Amino acid sequence: MKHLLSAGDLDHDTAVHVLDTAERLARIADRPVKKLPTLRGRTVVNLFFEDSTRTRISFEAAAKRLSADVINFSAKGSSVSKGESLKDTAMTLEAMGTDAVIVRHSCSGAPHRLANSGWIGGHVVNAGDGTHEHPTQALLDAFTMRRRLRGGVGDLAGLRVTLVGDVLHSRVARSNVLLLSTLGAAVTLVAPPTLLPVGVETWPCATSYDLDETLPGSDVVMMLRVQSERMNASFFPTTREYSRRYGLDRARLGLLPEHTIVMHPGPMNRGMEIAPDVADSARSTIVEQVTNGVSVRMAVLYLLLGGADIGAPAPAEAIGEPVPAGVA
Amino acid sequence: MAVPLRRCLVQPADVARVIDRIAHEILEKSAGARDVALLGIPTRGAPLARRLAARMAAFEGVEVPTGSLDITLYRDDLRMRGVRALEPTTEPPGGIDGKLVVLVDDVLFSGRTVRAALDALGELGRPRAVQLAVLVDRGHRELPIRADYVGKNIPTSRTENVAVRLSEVDGVDEVWLDTVTEGAPA
Repeated sequence: MKHLLSAGDLDHDTAVHVLDTAERLARIADRPVKKLPTLRGRTVVNLFFEDSTRTRISFEAAAKRLSADVINFSAKGSSVSKGESLKDTAMTLEAMGTDAVIVRHSCSGAPHRLANSGWIGGHVVNAGDGTHEHPTQALLDAFTMRRRLRGGVGDLAGLRVTLVGDVLHSRVARSNVLLLSTLGAAVTLVAPPTLLPVGVETWPCATSYDLDETLPGSDVVMMLRVQSERMNASFFPTTREYSRRYGLDRARLGLLPEHTIVMHPGPMNRGMEIAPDVADSARSTIVEQVTNGVSVRMAVLYLLLGGADIGAPAPAEAIGEPVPAGVA
Repeated sequence: MAVPLRRCLVQPADVARVIDRIAHEILEKSAGARDVALLGIPTRGAPLARRLAARMAAFEGVEVPTGSLDITLYRDDLRMRGVRALEPTTEPPGGIDGKLVVLVDDVLFSGRTVRAALDALGELGRPRAVQLAVLVDRGHRELPIRADYVGKNIPTSRTENVAVRLSEVDGVDEVWLDTVTEGAPA
């Protein structure tokens, strides 16, 4: 695999392989020296056209633990504010010799354009594009679920996962639905009708408008952030009403089975989609998700950059599959 | 690639004897193996290390801490071929600081695996000393590295391939010599 643009590009075995690799790499965090020489001499650019705390720092930490050189680019304070296009920015990076570009952009499809335009020769990783996809977030969510509920091995067959909230604007939801269904989980989206995207009936998941009805049959509840910055219309009457019907508070926590975990991709609107005491409860994996994010991103960078350079795009080659012998 | 000629060099009973001998040698050289930790290099070094520990326990009643050390991320030939899958690394109980660490692998060839293992070891801790035990030494070293305990010395040509099979991984204990007329050794 040359790029990671969509969680839908990962087939079952590849996805499990990424999670297994992340599980191995997670052990590095327990060591006195949290550093591997694996990607020495490779340059990774964090190309962030949109604000981010977790994802950018997580990718930076992951790349540095693998000894890659990291260049951070954020649109604020760069020539983008002078009107430079994505193409010119990409060609500048290419001219400086980068092996991989981690891109976040407010426009859906920007990473795809970057990967397939011929502007750059390196690997492209989608770190969130508009309301489209955020594949490494889905991988770290799957990793967290697998660790907590499946002992860190295999896939997620039969796991009942409920995603609640602003599905319409959520790239996390889309990537999670694709990846989790690939891994065998049964996904249910819960949201007010106005916050479900057009065509959601074609997604590999169920939908519901009623949170209280769905909670008792959930092994995982993932709360999605209400993305006010992307809302250009009125999607619900008041935040108070939204919170009453779709927020996870202590009373709703009581409806969940004993083993169920509560997830949130962050950043949280405390008191809106999730009550502060729920976010800080023992069932919440929110901080753990951040830790796991580094391991999963290390795995993705290793699997994309760790082997021989593939000159031309080779879509047939699976991630991590050894190249036939002959160059030992 | 041409069909390789295959020859069985070590039979199952001999594999067990060789492991017994190495276990005795480690006990002898370390005066009872009180501060020894065994670290197997996956895939086949890991079960080898466990077997050595079991034999040492049987001979002298010592509980030798055993772990495994994946060296994939430290290899110097990562860029030569496709991405390799990672194997588990487990630290021996009690860690490796101040211990006499015996690295265990199936075949010693170029020495590059051992070099990578030494690098990996340095980031796990600081052993008192490091030694190397291998089931087969097939020669053709490319680095100044030697083994402290050798099961069998098998002189080979570079076009040959030594394949160690262990019952934990392959269902049977054997060492094979494959002669490949074309293509590179593994």
